Amino acid sequence: MIEKVLKGSPAFYIWLLFLGGIASLGVFAYIFQLKYGLTITGMSRDVSWGLYISQFTYFVGVAASAVMLVLPAYFHHYKKFKKMIILGEFMAISAVLMCMLFIVTDMGQPQRMLNVILHPTPNSIMFYDMMVLMGYLFINALVGWVTLEAERHDVDPPKRIKFFIYLSVVWAFSIHTVTAFLYAGLPGRHYWLTAIMAARFLSSAFASGPAILLLLVIALRRLTGFDPGREAIQTLTKIITYAMAINVFFFLLEVFTAFYSGMPGHQHPLTFLFVGHDGHASWVVGWMWTAAVLAILSLCLLIPPQIRDNERVLPWALGILVIASWIDKGLGLLIGGFTPNPFETVTEYAPTFPEILVTVGVYAIGLMVLSVLWKIALDVKKEAGTF
Amino acid sequence: MSTTRRQFLKIAGLSVFGLGASTALDAADAVAKDMPGAKYEVGGKHLAAKRWAMVIDTRKLESREDYARIIDACHKVHNVPSIPTKQEIKWIWTDKYDRVFTDDMSQHLSPAVREKDYLLLCNHCENPPCVRVCPTKATFKRADGIVVMDYHRCIGCRFCMAGCPYGARSFNFGDPRPYLKEVNPAFPTRMRGVVEKCTFCSERLEVGLLPACVEASNGAILFGDLDDPNSPVRKALAENFSIRRKPSIGTQPGVYYIV
Ligand code: SF4
Ligand code: SF4
Ligand code: SF4
Repeated sequence: MIEKVLKGSPAFYIWLLFLGGIASLGVFAYIFQLKYGLTITGMSRDVSWGLYISQFTYFVGVAASAVMLVLPAYFHHYKKFKKMIILGEFMAISAVLMCMLFIVTDMGQPQRMLNVILHPTPNSIMFYDMMVLMGYLFINALVGWVTLEAERHDVDPPKRIKFFIYLSVVWAFSIHTVTAFLYAGLPGRHYWLTAIMAARFLSSAFASGPAILLLLVIALRRLTGFDPGREAIQTLTKIITYAMAINVFFFLLEVFTAFYSGMPGHQHPLTFLFVGHDGHASWVVGWMWTAAVLAILSLCLLIPPQIRDNERVLPWALGILVIASWIDKGLGLLIGGFTPNPFETVTEYAPTFPEILVTVGVYAIGLMVLSVLWKIALDVKKEAGTF
Repeated sequence: MSTTRRQFLKIAGLSVFGLGASTALDAADAVAKDMPGAKYEVGGKHLAAKRWAMVIDTRKLESREDYARIIDACHKVHNVPSIPTKQEIKWIWTDKYDRVFTDDMSQHLSPAVREKDYLLLCNHCENPPCVRVCPTKATFKRADGIVVMDYHRCIGCRFCMAGCPYGARSFNFGDPRPYLKEVNPAFPTRMRGVVEKCTFCSERLEVGLLPACVEASNGAILFGDLDDPNSPVRKALAENFSIRRKPSIGTQPGVYYIV
């Protein structure tokens, strides 16, 4: 099936070339980082993780979200999703690859990466995170390929693959739960030390991941005419709406616990993010309020069925939702966890230009992988008449 | 007849091979014995304890010079660079009361106590989160309670920095060597991309010396075995009121403060 990549329209190759250009800027910035070290980033002794790890976290969520198509289709035999499933699985593959790249770019000594395997440490959550991510990549690649191959030959997928499909559902929950545990088990990091961290991660992932997928699919429909079906879009939008509502609800639970209990440690990160700490208002304050307003706005656009089912409004609602969830999880979560620092003071963090360049480079690589995989999937579908 | 013969040959062959192998092993052993450091032996002078701990008598530390002397002593022997940015590296440093004892917020603390500087360093926790989270065992706890690091195994993931509730760890964001004024050749300098922190002077204990900061403190910092009721630390703790940093999070710090 790989040969499908070789036969594309000029537009497709220009697109790949464009992404390749951006990716090479990222690679260039990364070489710079390899030469001078992570000192070129905005991270510091007090805020020792930054954009790379937060993007890793966000995209684990995107990867896990494929389950929102697989679960209804295979557990509830919801046939309408079948057409789109492969796109979700392939998006999961590129998201996991991006996660891995973000981890590597964040390492101080990337050439020693194998130490995680050479000296397996079962008490470290990072050890499990690496294992479940690799497993998820493998499962999705296997399931995606086998089902697509079956579609191409117009036969039912082999029965044995069912096992891996069910496994992928459980596994999707596991990757994001384990990623939440990276944060949720650290004493002294008040913003992260919460039992609903994994639940928050999952809800925000199941809102933002399918929203990104749907946005891409809508773009795909414009570009190629591939139509996943009106009902499939509407059902997925409902799922997104529920997940986002739960996500906002969970966040409000955190706010309640922090402020009703009156415990300073729990309040400080939230006050830092939304008004500033100790008279010190950071640049994130504006971003966090934007996220809050956009989150509510997205719900206002998604909850009433008349607006939700309006295909003109839908892309806007989804876009707003993605921005809100990205600020919350791809920015606020990390900065709030590190500020105030262990001395209850504020050390500012803002990503630097090279850091942003590396991040955008990883995005571009992810998008390249996704474009190639989706092209294969769509070409196979065209041939098989399931387009 | 032929079977027995074949068996004989087999046995003979095996024994020749075995003999050869054992001679080779002997030879290798002999070579290894002559290699420096091939045999691990605890030096005769080394200091041992069941649980090393430190008591800082803050009443005995007054002037800026007191602190500077102690901090310099540590940073000089351990080749700790002075980097003037937020990406700094420090093993031992000072801060004010409410920054050090963040969950002890007595509103009307005596101004003398509140305004004073306090030394901070790695607590060598009994239950260290940094060890728990490290994915490579590059940070580990020794049997005597000291939490140490292997700079050659560390992958620079900085999970331990997120895990440490005391901000005791520093990361080499860039190459630290240009920031060293002079290098102590007896202690390794570090490379870019690894984490480091106070080692409780494990390398000095090995040769019978107390930690450098303890030596430089003129008796204000005590060091000893927490499991031995006659050790200087236990005696000081029995006679004085002492506190530790963030006691509620269950890490059981090994550094005590007499205030
Ligand atoms: S103070 Fe921090 S670095 Fe030192 S042992 Fe405790 S958790 Fe680890
Ligand atoms: S930075 Fe090094 S010591 Fe710290 S957790 Fe990672 S591998 Fe372990
Ligand atoms: S015990 Fe040793 S390494 Fe730790 S602060 Fe004192 S002198 Fe430095």
